[in-house]
Amino acid sequence: MTADPMRLLPSRAPVVLIDAQGEPRPHETYALPSDDELVAAYAGLVAARRLNDQASVLVRQGRLAVYPSSHGQEACQVAAARVLADDDWLFPTYRDTAAIVARGVDPVQALTLLRGDWHCGYDPYEHRVAPQATPLATQLPHAVGVALAARMRGESTVVLALCGDGATSEGDFHEALNFAAVLRAPVVFFVQNNQYAISVPLARQTAAPSLAHKGVGYGVPGEQVDGNDVAALLAVLGAAVERARSGEGPQLVEAHTYRVAAHTNADDAARYRADDEVKAWLARDPIIRLESYLTRRGALTPEKISAATEQADRLAEAMREGLSRDEAANPADLFAHVYASPTPQLDEQARMVADELEREAEV
Amino acid sequence: MTNREKLTMAQALNRALRDAMAEDETVVVFGEDVGQLGGVFRITDGLTAEFGEQRCFDTPLAESGIVGVAVGMAMNGMRPVVEMQFDAFSYPAFEQVASHVAKMRNRTRGRVGLPMVIRIPYGGGIGGVEHHSDSSEAYFAHTPGLHVVVPSTVADAYGLLRAAIASPDPVVFFEPKKLYWSKEEVDVTQAVPPIGTAVVRRAGTDATLIAYGPAVPVALDAAAVAAQEGRSLAVVDVRSLVPFDDETVCQAVRATGRAVVVAEASGFASVASEIAARVTERCFHSLAAPVRRVSGLDIPYPPPKYEGFHLPTVDRILDAVDDLQWEEG
Repeated sequence: MTADPMRLLPSRAPVVLIDAQGEPRPHETYALPSDDELVAAYAGLVAARRLNDQASVLVRQGRLAVYPSSHGQEACQVAAARVLADDDWLFPTYRDTAAIVARGVDPVQALTLLRGDWHCGYDPYEHRVAPQATPLATQLPHAVGVALAARMRGESTVVLALCGDGATSEGDFHEALNFAAVLRAPVVFFVQNNQYAISVPLARQTAAPSLAHKGVGYGVPGEQVDGNDVAALLAVLGAAVERARSGEGPQLVEAHTYRVAAHTNADDAARYRADDEVKAWLARDPIIRLESYLTRRGALTPEKISAATEQADRLAEAMREGLSRDEAANPADLFAHVYASPTPQLDEQARMVADELEREAEV
Repeated sequence: MTNREKLTMAQALNRALRDAMAEDETVVVFGEDVGQLGGVFRITDGLTAEFGEQRCFDTPLAESGIVGVAVGMAMNGMRPVVEMQFDAFSYPAFEQVASHVAKMRNRTRGRVGLPMVIRIPYGGGIGGVEHHSDSSEAYFAHTPGLHVVVPSTVADAYGLLRAAIASPDPVVFFEPKKLYWSKEEVDVTQAVPPIGTAVVRRAGTDATLIAYGPAVPVALDAAAVAAQEGRSLAVVDVRSLVPFDDETVCQAVRATGRAVVVAEASGFASVASEIAARVTERCFHSLAAPVRRVSGLDIPYPPPKYEGFHLPTVDRILDAVDDLQWEEG
């Protein structure tokens, strides 16, 4: 190894381009995105927040089985989707529904998993979004494989793989980073450090100076960024994506953010964290600071704000409408896709279930 | 036939990989030591030299990573064939296999299939030290979404590996280490046996031995000895554990009315148990005696000094046959 290890180190503090007060902070490496880009990102944030809020309501109404909300992490969700080109791939987790929708997947299809209708409701090839991974970090080696296959064919595809702080303790996180580095796979590993793995705080997860430092051991450059600053996220992730695209290999990006809601509706966050902590993070909300920055610059007019709100309203309405429709479960689906063609044993079981239903119908 | 040639099972497997790679450029081979070295059993010998490092390459030593990367490649148009160096070393990959390899097609309603092969050198009888002799097929056979294949002959090793690579579904391909150096005159240009079919290796009229993988030659030896003692034993080679060929197996059992299942793996909750249960459910009225199992003992795989006590032997098989409630006289 000849690479200078210092080049692998992340910035000493998370990169910030717009601070919590909405003030621009010049940075020696990363430039502020254009006003147009940030206005578009603003609309994305408003839509993502609305998606989170609407989905949480739908859980209470019994129309979703469960919803792990990314409330507070919307800047990460939107930036992850916006930095990718159409031919790139996104590998999301169960908490990344907002990123999936930001990438273009129909919200009702995206919520199929959490509604309990099927394990994945969208076609992963349509928008190049892998199925949401529920086991932690297991999707990261898949991302490496997709990237390697694309590179073998000479394609310029980059893969952005999401995971959380807890997942960085899993073996697959380490194996994926190591494989990507050794095989120079064009993958950006994007860790949303929202401070908690269900109830366990980051201090119980790692003794590393930051999660971004974990790249050093694999020869993967790390960077850390304010996860509530969409401008910084767009700049840092955008640079990582372009670096990977140009053949320079993988990068690890850690976003410091906060899971404002509980792990899911079934969780009680009051058992493991104080209200004061939540309040402090609410003051760093990703939407408020961007709105304040762009309004002050005159780039975000009241018309643009209401346009973003209306767009979010339409998204919420589509969710409510789509999730109020309930299609009956077809037991034949259970057997249709276990294999490309069902085994004789599955055919036998399918006949058994069909026969049960027939007899039930006769009663 | 002009195409007949004498090959070991290891050579036949190597030939299958080479032919598949030559025919289809999406076939890629990777794993631990499979490149320059050609694998610890030399199954991938010469593939890097012939097809380049892009098509056959060494990876970091991490089985979950190997299988996980193969999942991604299979998602994106390739047909990866990965090697787990030894049976017991495949366990770190088990989460990838159980949670993703087996489930991706079903999870995505058939939109994302995973045409990939996980090759696992397996089984005992080679004097291997701890963790080098496990029969782990039950873990995989129990997991819906996988095909599980175990050849016992040189010809099947070639044919089934070609079929596995061509399959649109993931195949866990168990290679009996003990049989790697078995030799046979074969014609690899012959038709490939479809996955999901068992085969009768020896016809017989008194009882049927049902075996797979390294237990097949032992069962055939037992049948030869029994013949000398005046008892005619049929031998069925299951060779495809999933899908299971109920038809061929049950037909062979009904013809004799007695059956013994022979396998190396520990017997409790095993593939042998599943076969015994299936045969009993389907052939009960043809059976003159309960179906017996001759399996490995329910112990952690023993050290080489003790493996002779653990593995099914000709005597143990013949004892089980003797127990099949024969009428006196």
